[in-house]
Amino acid sequence: MAVGLKISRVIENQIDEFLDLVSESGLIFKKAVDNYLKESQDEFESRLGRVIDYERKADELRTGVEKELYLRTLIPENRGDVLAILENTDNVIDTMKHTLQLFEIEKPDIPSKFDVLFNEVTDVSIQSVEWLVRSVRAFFKDIKSVNDHIHKVGFYEQETDDIAVKLKSMIFSDEELDLSRKIHLRYFAAGIESISDCAESVTDRLAIYTIKRMI
Amino acid sequence: MILFFLSSGLFLGWSLGANDAANVFGTAVGTKMVRFKTAALIASIFIVLGAVLEGSGATKILGELGAVDALPGAFAVAFAAAFTVTMMTRLRLTVSTSQAIVGAIIGWNIFSGNPTDLTSLTKIVLTWVLNPVIAALFAMVLYWIIKFIMDNARIHLLTMDALTRLGLIVVGAFGAYSLGANNIANVMGVFVPSSPFHEFTVGNLVTITSVQQLFLIGGLAISLGVFTYSYKVMKTVGRDLFRLSPVTAFIVVLSHSLVLYLFASQGLRDWLLTHNLPALPLVPVSSSQAIVGGILGIAIAKGGRNIQWNILARIFSGWVTTPVIAGLISFIFLFFVQNVFDQHVYHETVHVFPDPVIERLEDEGIDEVYLGIFAGSEFGNVRRLNRLMNELGIRDEEERALIRYYSGMKEIEISQIILRQLDRSLFTPSQLQTLNALKGMTFQFEWQLYEALSNMSEEWQYREEIEENLEYNQELRKRYDFLISEFAVKIQ
Repeated sequence: MAVGLKISRVIENQIDEFLDLVSESGLIFKKAVDNYLKESQDEFESRLGRVIDYERKADELRTGVEKELYLRTLIPENRGDVLAILENTDNVIDTMKHTLQLFEIEKPDIPSKFDVLFNEVTDVSIQSVEWLVRSVRAFFKDIKSVNDHIHKVGFYEQETDDIAVKLKSMIFSDEELDLSRKIHLRYFAAGIESISDCAESVTDRLAIYTIKRMI
Repeated sequence: MILFFLSSGLFLGWSLGANDAANVFGTAVGTKMVRFKTAALIASIFIVLGAVLEGSGATKILGELGAVDALPGAFAVAFAAAFTVTMMTRLRLTVSTSQAIVGAIIGWNIFSGNPTDLTSLTKIVLTWVLNPVIAALFAMVLYWIIKFIMDNARIHLLTMDALTRLGLIVVGAFGAYSLGANNIANVMGVFVPSSPFHEFTVGNLVTITSVQQLFLIGGLAISLGVFTYSYKVMKTVGRDLFRLSPVTAFIVVLSHSLVLYLFASQGLRDWLLTHNLPALPLVPVSSSQAIVGGILGIAIAKGGRNIQWNILARIFSGWVTTPVIAGLISFIFLFFVQNVFDQHVYHETVHVFPDPVIERLEDEGIDEVYLGIFAGSEFGNVRRLNRLMNELGIRDEEERALIRYYSGMKEIEISQIILRQLDRSLFTPSQLQTLNALKGMTFQFEWQLYEALSNMSEEWQYREEIEENLEYNQELRKRYDFLISEFAVKIQ
């Protein structure tokens, strides 16, 4: 019994650590976008490096947890659901890393008039990640609150969409930019927007798994 | 030869182990929360413990329903029950060992002409209904409690998993113990009146009664069923029949175990009675139906959706069809064993009405007109006596039982050899002294022995039938039964 509980505690800590990495990556992503907009290249690169590092660590933790759950036949009824949640949450970090890498590779030239909306869309998109992390934590520990948190993720995803639409409209209505640049900028707005889409797709599954977990 | 006669009971035990252990550990093994080997080992140990330590409680009522007093008869009755269970399981019909054995015993009663005690039968049938109902109530209450805890205690999914595993093992052990205590009566109950074993003491410390030896063998047969065949059934229960989550399985198995224990434990019953709480009669009940009751309870607690009415209908029909089929098969088997294999499937009790019997019956308030007819007559078996009582219109079951009891001959000799071998630890010094005083005496009726002993010592007298004396009287009755079985003159 003591051994069983000890193993459970170890895995619980690994899951918590994984979620901490997702949450922190979101905060770093926000700062990194701001750094990019303010053209602080060194700080941007350092933050990108941290997100890449966190993504790798999160991958390791996730596969470790998956292996333990299978090897020790833990939570047989919920194992598939938990693995799906972890894998899909991991996609959120992947998307953040991928988006920042594109900033690094393609170096989009963003006129400063779009900074406010770019910052705003990033902020709200990352808010959805924050609430996603809370939803997942609640799924493990506080099943009653999951739906409240899921609701917040939905709210911020919608907000992100709205701001992204505003940003894209502003980009395409700008007469100073040529079409190729407009398309390039829209591509980055969509990249940031996709983070909240990713978060929402996790919570869509989470809602079903939560019903399954209710006794 | 003894083992051959016991074999039908062992067969019944095996099939009980193969089927009913799955009720206790099915979901745990089916969902891979507990390994089969762990489950089988725990189930086996606790089934045997339950059977040996507390198995006698629920056995008594089967004896009251019909005391199958000859080993070949017990063989046929247990075989009929086992055959019915196997046949109905093969036909995928809902079947309960408890209901099969009751039907088979009634079949013996009809065949041997012994009356079926309607009070016991009513009690038994009532418990068949109460069993799933109480299990459902327990499950509802447990569901609400556990749901409240799970909603508010913020236990991590993985900690909950570890706790549930432990819970499933603990309630599984309790379930196996209750199953052994309650259902051993089905397996070995019919062999109790004709038990071939003798009581012995291990190192002056532990006395193992003949009934406990019977139950030990029965318990081992159940364990064999668990190890050899229950894996398949557990897989089916865990996956197909009732898809339960581990937590709901915990609730269902706990409700099931509590109900089986309530219907099995003499100790718990006495405790409840002394604390003015309602107690249930000790009756072997169906483990599967307790499980279905538990599942139903959870379905009701969840708002009454997804109730499988067809399963309930199958249970209701099983209450009637199983005993009827088992009764018929038992009757046919008894006929074969008696007429084809030339075995005595019951003992004929001769009923005589000399003056002392008539006097006792007069004291008990039996109508003098009837007693005038009975006086001096002799009946070769109970059927003939019953026939006359029917012709005379004596319908009151209590009166009929009194007439049978006082007139039934049973030769008892307080022989010196048996007296010397008797386990002295079972009696008080005063009881032993009185018993010694009767050395060499013979009695023709059970009640004569009672009168002789109770006249000489207060400690051989029953006390007034009030609640605080129930346990005392029960113990005294056991002593009398023991004396009668030890000192009865064995007819070769």
